[in-house]
Amino acid sequence: MLELAIKGSKRYYGWMTFLLAVIGAGFLVYLWQLDFGLGITGLSRDASWGFYIANFTFLVGVAAGGVMVVLPYYLHDYKAFGKVTILGEFLAIASVIMCITFILVDLGQPMRVFNVFLYPTPNSVLFWDTIVLQGYLLLNIIIGWNVLEAERNNVHYQRWLKPLIYLSIPWAISIHTVTAYLYCGLPGRGFWMTAILAPRFLSSAFASGPALLVLLCLIIRRVSSFDPGREQIQSLAKIVAYAICVNVFFFLCEVFVVFYSQIPEHMDHFKYLFVGLYGKGAYVPWMWASLTLMVIGIILTVNPLTRKNEGVLAVACVLIFLGTWIDKGLGMIAGGFTPNPLHHVNEYIPTLPEIMIALGVWAMGFLVLSALFKIAVGVKEEVRA
Amino acid sequence: MDSSRRRVLQLLGLSALGLSVKPVLNAFAEEAEQQAQAQIKRGENALSAQQWAMVVDTRAFESEDDFAPLIEACHKIHNVPVLENKRHEIKWIWTDHFHNAFPGKAARFLSEEVEKRPFLVLCNHCENPPCVRACPTKATFKRESDGIVLMDFHRCIGCRFCMAACPFGARSFNFRDPRPFIKETNKQFPTRMKGVVEKCNFCAERLAVGQLPACVAASDGALTFGDLYDPASEVRELIRTNFTIRRKQTLGTEPSVYYIV
Amino acid sequence: MSEKKLIILGLIIFVVIVTFPLWYNRGKAAPAPERILTDKAKAAKVCVRSTDYMKAEHMQLLDLWRDSVVRQGTRIYVSPSGKEYNMSLSNRCLDCHSNKAEFCDRCHNYASVRPYCWDCHIDNPKETS
Ligand code: SF4
Ligand code: SF4
Ligand code: SF4
Repeated sequence: MLELAIKGSKRYYGWMTFLLAVIGAGFLVYLWQLDFGLGITGLSRDASWGFYIANFTFLVGVAAGGVMVVLPYYLHDYKAFGKVTILGEFLAIASVIMCITFILVDLGQPMRVFNVFLYPTPNSVLFWDTIVLQGYLLLNIIIGWNVLEAERNNVHYQRWLKPLIYLSIPWAISIHTVTAYLYCGLPGRGFWMTAILAPRFLSSAFASGPALLVLLCLIIRRVSSFDPGREQIQSLAKIVAYAICVNVFFFLCEVFVVFYSQIPEHMDHFKYLFVGLYGKGAYVPWMWASLTLMVIGIILTVNPLTRKNEGVLAVACVLIFLGTWIDKGLGMIAGGFTPNPLHHVNEYIPTLPEIMIALGVWAMGFLVLSALFKIAVGVKEEVRA
Repeated sequence: MDSSRRRVLQLLGLSALGLSVKPVLNAFAEEAEQQAQAQIKRGENALSAQQWAMVVDTRAFESEDDFAPLIEACHKIHNVPVLENKRHEIKWIWTDHFHNAFPGKAARFLSEEVEKRPFLVLCNHCENPPCVRACPTKATFKRESDGIVLMDFHRCIGCRFCMAACPFGARSFNFRDPRPFIKETNKQFPTRMKGVVEKCNFCAERLAVGQLPACVAASDGALTFGDLYDPASEVRELIRTNFTIRRKQTLGTEPSVYYIV
Repeated sequence: MSEKKLIILGLIIFVVIVTFPLWYNRGKAAPAPERILTDKAKAAKVCVRSTDYMKAEHMQLLDLWRDSVVRQGTRIYVSPSGKEYNMSLSNRCLDCHSNKAEFCDRCHNYASVRPYCWDCHIDNPKETS
């Protein structure tokens, strides 16, 4: 099937060349980072994680969000999704690849990464996170590839795949739960220390992942002769609508607990993010923008009139994707580290090189995604013809 | 026919496996022999304890100047670089205000002299250290023999999970090659390379040769070092006879650095 | 038919390139560099272990030393001859072998290995005292 990925139109080639150029630029900056050290980033003694880990966290969500098309089809026999499960699985593959790359570019000594397996440490959540992420990647590659191949040959997929498919569903939940546990089990980090962090991560994942899928479906319909289907897109949109509502609800629960209890260690991080602390508040406009985007997203997706208009739906999905990205990708990490454990406010601002490397990783993910979707769409077109 | 052929193949495979294992076994045997010849032991002067602990008599310090010699002693012998860029700063021991060193413990109105006085902070060598729990490679570990929370710089992958886990901001990361920023290198102690985390090591290298930590030695008696679990130790005596506090005690990390206020 | 030829040609070129270093040197190995010792090392006569052992196994020995010093805190090595050594790359090994360029690097270059020990361990501790 791989040949489908290299036979394409001029536009396809143009797009892939563009992505390769962005990857190349990011890679060059990464070489600089390897040589100089992580000092070229905005990270510091106080904000020891930043843009890379934030994007990693967000993308684990997107990967887990893919399960939202797999679950209804396989568990509830929702036939309509049969057409798009492969898109969910391939999206998960591309996202997990980005996640793993983000972890790698974040390491100070990437050459030693195998120490994680040489000296396995079950009490470290990071150890488990590497395991579940790789497991999820493998599961999706095996399932996605074989199911698609079966579809191409017009046969039912192999029987042994079934248990793997069932396994992949709780596994998707696990990758984001474990990722939340990275943060919420740390004493002295009041912002993250809440049992609702994992549910919050999951709800925002189930909004951002399917939102991206809706957008991708709309694009596929435009650039190919395969139509993912109106019903499918509408069902996905409903999932987005519920998930983003739950996400904002969870956020408000957190806000209540933090501001009603008024415990400074928990409250100060929220203050820093939303109104600024000791005169510093680089994230204030971003956080309000994120909230606004999410609320507009809710209005547009919950209301059937706007949801059913695919043009409006596309806008809503973009807003939701951006809103959750700011919330998780910017605020979640920076907010957790400011103020620092000694209650100083030293702000974290990503630097240009850091952003370029991150863009390179995103481009790499989209390169993989484009190739995989090209294959999937190619098979669908073939089968239909 | 088929099954017998398979049988032959199985036998072949097994013996091949056996052949390839043999040299490995031999190598093991050889190594065991050599290890039996050479031995490893503790130094005779090495100091030992069940859990090393420190008591800081904060009353003995009034201004930054009083702390300067301690901090300098530590940073000098451990080749801690001085980086101008605040983001890349590396420090093993430093001072801060009372409400920063002990957030949550500062009353709204504090005695004037406590408010003005700097307080000494360093790694607490916690008895229940979250940094050790977080480290995915055991590069940060709690040494069984004496409770020091140590770093194995050779193994650290620079993921900085330990920095997120430490509630005391005790850890620093080498954001760039530290060597050009070490004014005077102590050639007896290694430097670090870029990309690894570092922090106070309770002077494990000095304890091993029977010396007290450098900051304690330079403190003129204001810092006391000893075994927390030896009821007759000096630190226990101080803790028994003075009111002491520890940083962020409510988090349950059980810091081993005690402060007499 | 012509495709077949192309494939075979390609294979031949591939094999030639891959085996190039082998037949280019045709079995005449570059001579191993000579060991150059400092006066101090010469005076000591023996290292912590026999020369042969050190040549072949010094990395395993250093690995053992490193783990035992850093992780167990046991710092004294009693060699088979009964002599005691402080296990320290900076202060023991590099004290005698203070000629890194001649002693360490030549052989490492020859074997084409690039250990980064010296990124942290300072290579010539003798200069201090
Ligand atoms: S003070 Fe921080 S670095 Fe030191 S042992 Fe405790 S948690 Fe670990
Ligand atoms: S930075 Fe190093 S010491 Fe800290 S958790 Fe990662 S591997 Fe362990
Ligand atoms: S105990 Fe040693 S390493 Fe720790 S601060 Fe004091 S001098 Fe520095």
